[in-house]
Amino acid sequence: MKPWNNKAWLFTIPTLVLVAFSAVIPLMTVVNYAFQDTFGNNVFTWVGLDWFRKILHSERFLAALIRNLAFSAIILAIEIPLGVLIALRMPKKGIGVPICLVLMSLPLLVPFNVVGTIWQVFGRNDIGLLGASLKGLGIDYNYVSDPIDAWGTVIAMDVWHWTSLVVLLCYAGLASIPDAYYQAAQIDGASAWAKFRYIQLPKLSRVLTIAVLLRFMDSFMIYTEPFVVTGGGPGNATTFLSIDLVKMAIGEFNIGPAAAMSLVYFLIILLVSWVFYTVMTRHDD
Amino acid sequence: MIPTLYILFLMVPIYWLASMSLKTNGEITGGFSLWPRSPTLANYKVIFTDPSWYHGYINSIIYVVMNTAISLAVALPAAYAFSRYRFLGDKHLFFWLFTNRMAPPAVFVLPFFQLYSAFGLIDTHIAVAIAHCLFNVPLAVWILEGFMSGVPREIDETAYIDGYSFPRFFFRIFTPLIASGIGVTAFFCFMFSWVELLLARTLTTVNAKPIAAVMTRTVSASGMDWGVLAAAGILTIVPGALVIWFVRNYIAKGFALGRV
Repeated sequence: MKPWNNKAWLFTIPTLVLVAFSAVIPLMTVVNYAFQDTFGNNVFTWVGLDWFRKILHSERFLAALIRNLAFSAIILAIEIPLGVLIALRMPKKGIGVPICLVLMSLPLLVPFNVVGTIWQVFGRNDIGLLGASLKGLGIDYNYVSDPIDAWGTVIAMDVWHWTSLVVLLCYAGLASIPDAYYQAAQIDGASAWAKFRYIQLPKLSRVLTIAVLLRFMDSFMIYTEPFVVTGGGPGNATTFLSIDLVKMAIGEFNIGPAAAMSLVYFLIILLVSWVFYTVMTRHDD
Repeated sequence: MIPTLYILFLMVPIYWLASMSLKTNGEITGGFSLWPRSPTLANYKVIFTDPSWYHGYINSIIYVVMNTAISLAVALPAAYAFSRYRFLGDKHLFFWLFTNRMAPPAVFVLPFFQLYSAFGLIDTHIAVAIAHCLFNVPLAVWILEGFMSGVPREIDETAYIDGYSFPRFFFRIFTPLIASGIGVTAFFCFMFSWVELLLARTLTTVNAKPIAAVMTRTVSASGMDWGVLAAAGILTIVPGALVIWFVRNYIAKGFALGRV
């Protein structure tokens, strides 16, 4: 049990000051915008909850929200099991380990707009390897005009970009399981499935929760990559919440509704993440 | 087998980018070709001879290194406090730190810009470094706390009995014990700061413009300069790849010890 000492607060002050500097004032400004209307010239009028009412009843917001929830759900359903599977099959020692780690980390280190650019060209059916190969196979593929192809491209891109994060986390989680567990399983004659279900999966639960949490937050806020590839199109097919938000805030300069939308958006992420956090720390002291 | 297929899947788009960077624009847009027909380094030459290009790399590296140093410096004591003591509101504080990773940046960039201009920080490297602390410091505290909790508390107590002052204990004994944790944290801070574009682009105009923002310049009236764009893309992967090569041994070991 850790000792109780309120002086420990002093150690957190640099962190607090630095994070609060960038967090509190912008957040309060956004809250301010969300309750006011402006016609420029720094004249603001109080509108109360109008923007929130408008946002929550707007079909455009709900459509983007549903699209984004679907996107996050698909991403998690693909990346988490795939990441676990790859981590389970990765070499445990030897030269293969650093090679796998370095090669798998490469997509994580590519700036977001470069990720978009790579896939934008890669998927083009006249000059890109993916597009041209699919065309060569006689598959009618065009992410610019077909909503399903656009979704497929954006999902493939995200799987390419982020699955390695899940792999790295799970690989480390697996590495921390003491050998004694496996020896005991061997003596009991446990099957591979039993070993996974009763030893590896429980030990992975913690890193998995964190992987799910990080992937949820990031996929729910995804902006740059799909924007570069599809620009939110065709039509609104890949207009996720962030893309819609930027359109509203910068394209249409509707600061009030955009601010209200940001807060609703933030609260949704906060709520889901809080549930994960509570589940994650349930077994701690 | 599965990891091999997966790595193959990861490498194909990167191969495509590399092959594009060795082609001329005529060959890229002219049609599909698997290999560069007449490989040329002209695209790379553009980047290495034009200051507005290579300054982009220098700017990015400056603020990323600054951010990594600042994040580690402030996160170390905070993580120590969280791992060794209980205090009023500790769990709430820990979760609050975490919430700073969840704000959708799109609307927040406007007040960000106003805040940083009020302090006269626009277009400086330190502005981007501090702004990126918003998401890197919580992550750093989170990872380091896990590593520190893995070090038994008896080590602290023995050091105090032996007459070590706190700073001497912290830097001489404690920091070396969690060296791999610091390596992993540094890698994560580097990675997230390196790939972030929205805040970095908002807070800079000329002097501290990041490479990822310089790349948007290749869109011009005469169309996209795909070759240079691809070469710039390949060059953005290099610094990160070097960093991961240096910390590769810490990654697996480090995660295993850490909370994450």
